Amino acid sequence: MAMAEATSIHAPEKVEKSKGYWSGVGHRLVRDPLTMFCLAVIAALILSAVFAPYLGLADPYKGSMIARLKPIGAPGYPLGTDEQGRDMLARLIYGGRLTLFIGLMPVVIAFFAGSILGITAGYVGGLTNTIIMRTVDVFFAFPSVLLAIAISGALGAGIVNSLVSLTIVFIPPITRVAEAVTSGVRKLDYIDAARASGASAWTVIRVHVIGNVLSPIFVYATSLTSVCMILAAGLSFLGIGVRPPEPEWGLMLNTLRSVIYVNPWLSALPGVMIFVTSLCLNLLSDGLRSAMNVRD
Amino acid sequence: MSVTDTYQPLPDTGGPAQPLIRVSGLQKYFPVRGGILGRTQAKVQAVDGVSFEVKKGETLGIVGESGCGKSTTAKLLIGLVEKDKGEIVFDGHALGERLSLKDLRRGVQMVFQDSYATLNPRLTILDSVAFGAKVQGLDNPEDLARKMMDRVGLDPDRFAHRYPHELSGGQRQRVNIARALAMSPRLVVLDEAVSALDKSVEAQVLNLLNDLREEFGLTYVFISHDLNVVRYISDRILVMYLGEVVEVAPVESIWHEQAHPYTRSLFSAMPSMDPDNRTKEPPLAGDPPNPINPPSGCRFHTRCRFASAVCREAVPKLSGLARNGDHMVACHLHDAESGHPKAGQGVPE
Amino acid sequence: MLSYLIRRILLVLPVAFGVSVICFLLVQIAPGDPLTAIMPIDATAEEQAAMRAAYGLDKPLPVQYAIWIGNLFQGDMGKSIASGRPVAAEVFGAVKNSLLLAVSAAVIAFPIGIFLGFLAGYFRDTWIDRAVTALSITGVSVPNYWLGIVLVIIFSVNLGWLPSMGAGPGGSQSWAWDWAHMRHLLLPAVTLAVVPIGIVSRTVRALAGDILSQDFVDALYAKGMSRADVLRHVARNAAATALSVMGLQLGYLLGGSILIETVFNWPGSGFLLSNAIFQRDLPLLQGTILILALFFVAMNLIVDVVQAAIDPRIQRT
Repeated sequence: MAMAEATSIHAPEKVEKSKGYWSGVGHRLVRDPLTMFCLAVIAALILSAVFAPYLGLADPYKGSMIARLKPIGAPGYPLGTDEQGRDMLARLIYGGRLTLFIGLMPVVIAFFAGSILGITAGYVGGLTNTIIMRTVDVFFAFPSVLLAIAISGALGAGIVNSLVSLTIVFIPPITRVAEAVTSGVRKLDYIDAARASGASAWTVIRVHVIGNVLSPIFVYATSLTSVCMILAAGLSFLGIGVRPPEPEWGLMLNTLRSVIYVNPWLSALPGVMIFVTSLCLNLLSDGLRSAMNVRD
Repeated sequence: MSVTDTYQPLPDTGGPAQPLIRVSGLQKYFPVRGGILGRTQAKVQAVDGVSFEVKKGETLGIVGESGCGKSTTAKLLIGLVEKDKGEIVFDGHALGERLSLKDLRRGVQMVFQDSYATLNPRLTILDSVAFGAKVQGLDNPEDLARKMMDRVGLDPDRFAHRYPHELSGGQRQRVNIARALAMSPRLVVLDEAVSALDKSVEAQVLNLLNDLREEFGLTYVFISHDLNVVRYISDRILVMYLGEVVEVAPVESIWHEQAHPYTRSLFSAMPSMDPDNRTKEPPLAGDPPNPINPPSGCRFHTRCRFASAVCREAVPKLSGLARNGDHMVACHLHDAESGHPKAGQGVPE
Repeated sequence: MLSYLIRRILLVLPVAFGVSVICFLLVQIAPGDPLTAIMPIDATAEEQAAMRAAYGLDKPLPVQYAIWIGNLFQGDMGKSIASGRPVAAEVFGAVKNSLLLAVSAAVIAFPIGIFLGFLAGYFRDTWIDRAVTALSITGVSVPNYWLGIVLVIIFSVNLGWLPSMGAGPGGSQSWAWDWAHMRHLLLPAVTLAVVPIGIVSRTVRALAGDILSQDFVDALYAKGMSRADVLRHVARNAAATALSVMGLQLGYLLGGSILIETVFNWPGSGFLLSNAIFQRDLPLLQGTILILALFFVAMNLIVDVVQAAIDPRIQRT
């Protein structure tokens, strides 16, 4: 249908090109040093995790009985070794793979699922809204930590189970925000004007609603990534997330607790990674919020 | 190829004698929810039994205080608000029978008051103007949109790729007009379309609207609270009070004589340039009554100087004046058999 | 007010119903047979079927749910598979300890959070504001289970000032208001307080900042009101919102203390929960989650009602 190009029309010849919303956002982001710094840190963490095999690191799975619990700065082991003599630096960098994946993926999935549910509820209203939003209310009766642990605990340890439980935790809050934003936009005159043109509900949503609700929902979702990181690592810390011997920050924090009296600061290292990631994610989200002009 | 050639209106079906749109017994009550279970507690009687018709090529002005149901009537005409009761017949085809909602919206378009709020901030002007034409599957929607922009006085090369916030109020309202016309409607509902504009811009837009009507053979329903503007553009004027029609008349007739006491108060509140033309009528006092629980009988009786017992009991019927059948009014003063002490004498001075 | 109260309570019922359904389903989504933990490995097919019938597991799900909820209303939450004791007794004993920890954390967190938030809101856009904002972002970003470990490293391992585990001397399970027990409470309570300090100070900063920037504050100054009086006005206007945030935080503290309880071996509901998970003690898991969630629902209800009592405008929505 002809509607396909509705949002991407290109002008034939000389035009006075003016700035769209997104180029403005990009412009503001680039001029925000703290946000750019956090973005760089997160990017570095992700890239080093992805390309860990090419960084010339030690084998993160290979232990050594004689090289156990080397202190930070020991020759050959810049960050020491863990209770099984595995290189900490390698394990911390490899650990980013699972930790970041389980820490970010649920929010990504929940962003799509929650947006679909919330926009539908907000635009259609009526009974559909009632069914979706009352179900969401039920999930709000659980503190997020409790819900994640309950589902993960019932399902048992495992990467997929962690992803499932965390996704379930984050769909309701995103749905609620999406619904609120959409019902707000739904009342605006330009939606009436679009409906008055005879467009179907789906066309109105696609052309006029999504573009205007997605940035607040997106900003809100980014604000959840930090919590999701902490929870994901927390599940592994409790022993109901990633299983040993995989390197994962929360799990490493757990196993290293046994040596807290032997080499205390070493045992705190994986937590530093969780903390730095979570802090950067939070600051990044704040930066996005102001760059996108989204109000609370 | 000029813009007139690209205009693709629905074909005329009933000839010039058939009204373009006719509504009868139109009713819309909005529920008010509350209480413990959120059930409907009351209903706002926004539009109650409104009937009128608009002839092909004419402009019907609708006036009344805010909250009288003007805007709801406008939204009912284009199906943005679903009617509870009544009939909407567009060029002989009744909505819901031989006419779908989508087809109605092909024939009827609307220009809203708030020029900014009616434009999607994330779409370029061209995208906004072409949207409806695309939805309706018209030929060359973008070409049509550009020509229509040009026609309303916006250079498409300069404005096509701009965003709403980069335009002035007058320019935005031209965009809204272009958007409505890009769908090639036959009837355009203008809901306070010029009210938010500066006086000088307002005059330009009004002239534009007059030109467009002639060029495309349009019919207008023009809603406004500004009587001078309505007089300038309308052929007939319809006066609403609390969801009901109290008077309908050709513009010169109603300017000469306001047959309903409410209309008279409304006109007296209008500033006049001519000192001899000022009425002695005191302006209306107080706010209109609550539309949740409107007064019995004639809804205006609580504010009417001439109210008598019959006004509280019987609902006056809309009927033509004895000496001029085109001038319709719903008031017991004009009905010789109504039982009003001054019945049949018209509105006293 | 009464109509609001009734309406609010009526709204809680479907939520409580939903909560019970989710808790019931938790056992259903668990992999494997809920009876494997108690069934002898060499049980015959007939013995398995008999056991299944005895536990009502041969009936359709809605019937099982009805039986379960019926028992629940009589205070019967089933028996713990691991200990054989009634779930209700186990849970309530543990919840008492968790509540103690949560309230202690709240007592630490709320005054500090309110104070910092006021400070930042009052001195908006100064270095004080920036320092508080940085602190609160750090507070909400820190994984508190890690912070607990760090505090243990500092105060138990290195300094040796405070114990790192348990709720009392010698693995004592019962609480007493003496220094020996309080020493055990200190580290977990402080750890748990960090996130709510961040959240409360952020909320209060926004409230105070907003209200201080409103015209009526100018009017109060213009009337010759003193700085302290203006501050008091600000406080009252923000109270309703701040209260709701704090009420929710108290609920989160109770429901979210599981990780901290694990770090400090605190014998609370979270500790119970993690034991239940590892022993695949599903009735205990179900019961603990249900009680914690219902507590959270009740907390929300109380917050809403109190908030409405302070700020009558809320009743209308």
